[in-house]
Amino acid sequence: MDPDLALLLNGVVSGLLLGGLYAAAAAGLSISFGMLDVVNIAHPAFMVLGALIVALLWGATGLDPLLLSILLAPAFWALGAGLYVIYHHFFERRGDEAIQGLAFFFGVMFIVEVGLVLAVGPEQHFVDAAYAATTWRLGEIDVPLRMLVPAVVALAAIGALALFLRHSFTGRAIAAVAQDRDALRLLAIDPIRIKRLAFGISLAFAGLAGGALVVVQPVDAWSGHVFIGRVFAIVIMGGLSSLGGCVLAALAFGVVENVTASFFGPSWSPAVAFGCLLLVLAIRPQGLFGRMA
Amino acid sequence: MSEAIIPALPTQAPRRRLGHAGFWLAATAAAAILILALRGMGSEYAYFAATFVLQYVVLATAWNILGGYAGYVNFGAAAFFAAGAYTTVAVSKAFGLSLLPCIGIAALVGGALGLGTGILTLRLRGAYFAIATLCLSVVLQTFIVNWSYVGGSRGAYILRPRDVPLGFDSYGGYLCAVVVVLAAAAIAIARSIEVSRLGLGLAALRDDEAAAEAAGVPTLRLKLIATSISGAMMAVAGAPLPYLGSYIEPASAFGLSYAVNAIAMPLIGGTASWAGPLIGAVLLASLQQAATVTISSAANLLIVGVVLVVFVCVAPHGIIGLFRRRR
Repeated sequence: MDPDLALLLNGVVSGLLLGGLYAAAAAGLSISFGMLDVVNIAHPAFMVLGALIVALLWGATGLDPLLLSILLAPAFWALGAGLYVIYHHFFERRGDEAIQGLAFFFGVMFIVEVGLVLAVGPEQHFVDAAYAATTWRLGEIDVPLRMLVPAVVALAAIGALALFLRHSFTGRAIAAVAQDRDALRLLAIDPIRIKRLAFGISLAFAGLAGGALVVVQPVDAWSGHVFIGRVFAIVIMGGLSSLGGCVLAALAFGVVENVTASFFGPSWSPAVAFGCLLLVLAIRPQGLFGRMA
Repeated sequence: MSEAIIPALPTQAPRRRLGHAGFWLAATAAAAILILALRGMGSEYAYFAATFVLQYVVLATAWNILGGYAGYVNFGAAAFFAAGAYTTVAVSKAFGLSLLPCIGIAALVGGALGLGTGILTLRLRGAYFAIATLCLSVVLQTFIVNWSYVGGSRGAYILRPRDVPLGFDSYGGYLCAVVVVLAAAAIAIARSIEVSRLGLGLAALRDDEAAAEAAGVPTLRLKLIATSISGAMMAVAGAPLPYLGSYIEPASAFGLSYAVNAIAMPLIGGTASWAGPLIGAVLLASLQQAATVTISSAANLLIVGVVLVVFVCVAPHGIIGLFRRRR
């Protein structure tokens, strides 16, 4: 096979796998930012929190990191629900969530990150999953399980979330709160309770994505920064509240980034990906897969 | 510089308010007194700490012109700041110019960058604008990292000239005096904007952009003016940075600590007037400088985070808001 073609195919495949990880990170934000209108800029910081807790627990127990991150999900759900209560009490109720709310989450992000540095140190943490060293070879294409397993788990979790949102009563209420919260009151559903629940789910996904992240790459307390732009980019390109759009955008983003990295060097990949986002924002602000507002 | 853009309008004589000229004079006097006082102390650390605090005064004031007056949150303050710093590096390397011309060119670069951002993101409101500026920061950082002329990711050294201009006792003293003047000018510009028609227009579009547009406020033009002025001033804030530490590298120049400080300082002080960013910057930057010296540099970001969260929760209108309410 032509080496350039092989490089391209490999770039696309590992980009898709990377996209699975991005999808997990962005799915939670798609709920909070896309559906609830809560601009949780601290989302990647919570992801890193999840990653580091998983790394520590893995060191202590030796359980599978992805299993650990699923076990952690309820704790993150509770954390998210608590955070939403604070956010609602101080900002949403007062109606000045725009700048103040953004600044609140910005501050929370710093508290989480610096707290992590002080608690576990600034060094990188990693886990060695049982399958990490295995790589499937399909012809010229390498499929490392270290990337494949987290991507598959992430996509499965997103699939479950999509089913929940579409078919359960609570899930449909979450989708409804995104559209019209007053109408929800008329149905005798408390929009605050629904939003609290949804924000908890969003953070639970952050924890899950953290578990997937730490399998793929070593993580330190500041790893979240590069993800802030990425996840917001993906959610916006995906059209905010659409989970399917979010997954597609994440896969596209992963492929663009990875192909750029394999042909021009990794230091260029952020510029290309974010250049795409700037273009999307300038030309089609409703996102690639969004409906016209 | 950028104050030429402000339309020279007759002030409609508000109650007991200083006119433009009066305020500029007062700012000049304050700057002179501050320079003399620092000269009196004469220690290099006092110069360094004052420069550190005052560069944040410029940055916070600049951020507030767009963020506070017009209500557009800019997460990319670090990008403009670093653009100014790297302008100094590139210009002094290419043409051998000294600090002052570099600051002028940095203002032009920052203004152009601000105008570009404004044009690119005009259709975006609220959170979208914030995220677009965050992306701008990443894109710019990638270019600097890959631009080997200014050192790439290795960073660049800038040596302070041996001869100190204008009869100052050391280059640190000269640098500090320059930043004092910049801070005074930034505050005076912000005050002029605030009481001029431009400030009124920005306040209108902050409160309700659609209504302002309908009432005949040229929102598009005002936003472009605000992004340009704010960008130019943020770049000016960053221009002296390479001389402050004699070394600069992308990861720290684009560091989120500049972005978070630029947002936290005006919010803590109060975004509605020129005094807010000043109070917030002096308080928060002194606190950080003290924490860096006495505790650790990791702790100072924690302090910023905690102070920011507490303030936006408890005192949504900043320190100024606390006093206004009590009166």
